[in-house]
Amino acid sequence: MGLALSLERAGVPTVAVHTDTFARLARATALASGMPTARQAFVPQPIVGRTAAQLRGYIEGVDPVAKRPFMQEVLAALTRPLDEKDAKGVSFERPAARLLPPDTEENLQQLFIERKWTDFLPVTLPTEERVARMVQGTSRKPDEVVGRLAPTAFREAWEFTVEKVAVNAVMAGCRPEYLPVVLALAASGQTARSSSTTSFAVLSLVNGPIRNEIGMDSGIGALGPYNHANATIGRAYNLLSQNLQGGSVPGDTFMGSLGNWMNYSACFPEAEERSPWQPFHVEKGFGRHESVASVFFGGRYMLAGFGPRETWREEFRRAFAGAEQHLAPLFVMDPICARGFVELGFDTREKLARWFSENGQMSAREYWDNQWVQTLLRPLAVAGVEPHATKYKANPEDKIRLFEPGEISIAVAGGETQGAWRMFGGRYVKSVSIDKWR
Amino acid sequence: MTQRLVVHEPTGFAPKVTGKRLAPRLQSLDGKVVYLVDCLFDNSEAFMVQLLDWFGEHLPAVNARIIKPRQSWVDDPQMRKQVESEGHAAILGVGL
Repeated sequence: MGLALSLERAGVPTVAVHTDTFARLARATALASGMPTARQAFVPQPIVGRTAAQLRGYIEGVDPVAKRPFMQEVLAALTRPLDEKDAKGVSFERPAARLLPPDTEENLQQLFIERKWTDFLPVTLPTEERVARMVQGTSRKPDEVVGRLAPTAFREAWEFTVEKVAVNAVMAGCRPEYLPVVLALAASGQTARSSSTTSFAVLSLVNGPIRNEIGMDSGIGALGPYNHANATIGRAYNLLSQNLQGGSVPGDTFMGSLGNWMNYSACFPEAEERSPWQPFHVEKGFGRHESVASVFFGGRYMLAGFGPRETWREEFRRAFAGAEQHLAPLFVMDPICARGFVELGFDTREKLARWFSENGQMSAREYWDNQWVQTLLRPLAVAGVEPHATKYKANPEDKIRLFEPGEISIAVAGGETQGAWRMFGGRYVKSVSIDKWR
Repeated sequence: MTQRLVVHEPTGFAPKVTGKRLAPRLQSLDGKVVYLVDCLFDNSEAFMVQLLDWFGEHLPAVNARIIKPRQSWVDDPQMRKQVESEGHAAILGVGL
């Protein structure tokens, strides 16, 4: 929609073609851009996987939204004279109330559900007293702007303050001392509730002294519902993402086909004291005594194993074969597993990431036959951008690398009840300071 | 009596929306350059090729041309400039 609106403003009559599944989203985007009558035409879903003949059928068929011939809609969109609404667009404001009218707890819980402000689990109602206590968890002023979030790059970004983040932290069940971590995640600019059809989640990793100060647990069950801080910080990141970006509502601001359970909560601390490697944040350029949150975009695939045992090379090659080629992994290794790799000579994460990169391969044919690789990487390959261009030139049965070493992240957590590892789709996005939000 | 609570509203601040006008429409597409902008979504190229063929068969007086940005979902100022300077109309697809 962004390009269509830009061309219209430049004086080029434009019609954007979408599949009918996205009709509500396309109209909402046009409205939020001040051009509610921006011309749109629709074909059936899907486009992916359809043959040339089937696509021609769409073009010669009926627009499933307008219920008129598709090409008639397209041609009219470019030639039908403008009316008054087309010539003016629509201007409006959407002021956010600070407080809601007083009501009973039961009614307010129901209101929060109806307005899709929850994750459908019970929330702690953000009373004035609770929010006032929560903002005591930071030295920042309640009305200070923290940042902006959007469900995806082409949607409008909404702004939010310390107080608004605190409201969502209360709802998630956080304690005031967790607020600096929640603020850092909110300030990262990375939504944990992407609207993508691909149902992404965001995994967050906490490093530094604050882990122990607020009682996060990197031991047994670190990735599960076994610690108050881990669980509620991860939940707060998701709740604030949906509420502060303007929603995460199916068909409107969320289009993930399958959804993702990691959108409830996915935050854990690194077991720095038991890791044989430098803390993750130190490798990203922070000091050991700084507190830092790192975010990883993905959460789609998950593979698991034990190790490293005798056949670890085969096991990890197989794991990479099962990974999605468009989404670099985040490995989370139990300290037993990490120490096992050190015994094999991988005394830094970087060395292990390099081995993974060199051995995580698949055939070029399979690599390029992926929807997101086609959509995101093929254009770069065609434009000559490396390493995509070289991969694109490979023969179909040639083995090509999935990821570069710097794209592969490794963190250490777990209770040492076994030498477990997990491999999540988790492309590293960034690491942000928590200390600046204390 | 049931206690009534005052609670905060949890949503962020939406930007102000300013109305924008559409570009004037064309009386006819005959003799005009219509750019078919391939948004690079998987298989959108195949759709655009079919659309180009449709124009060739049904409206040959329209000068339809396929054009592509450099990357998906990333503004390509060079391509946009070309459409703005050489195009009389544009059809974008397929996707958002």
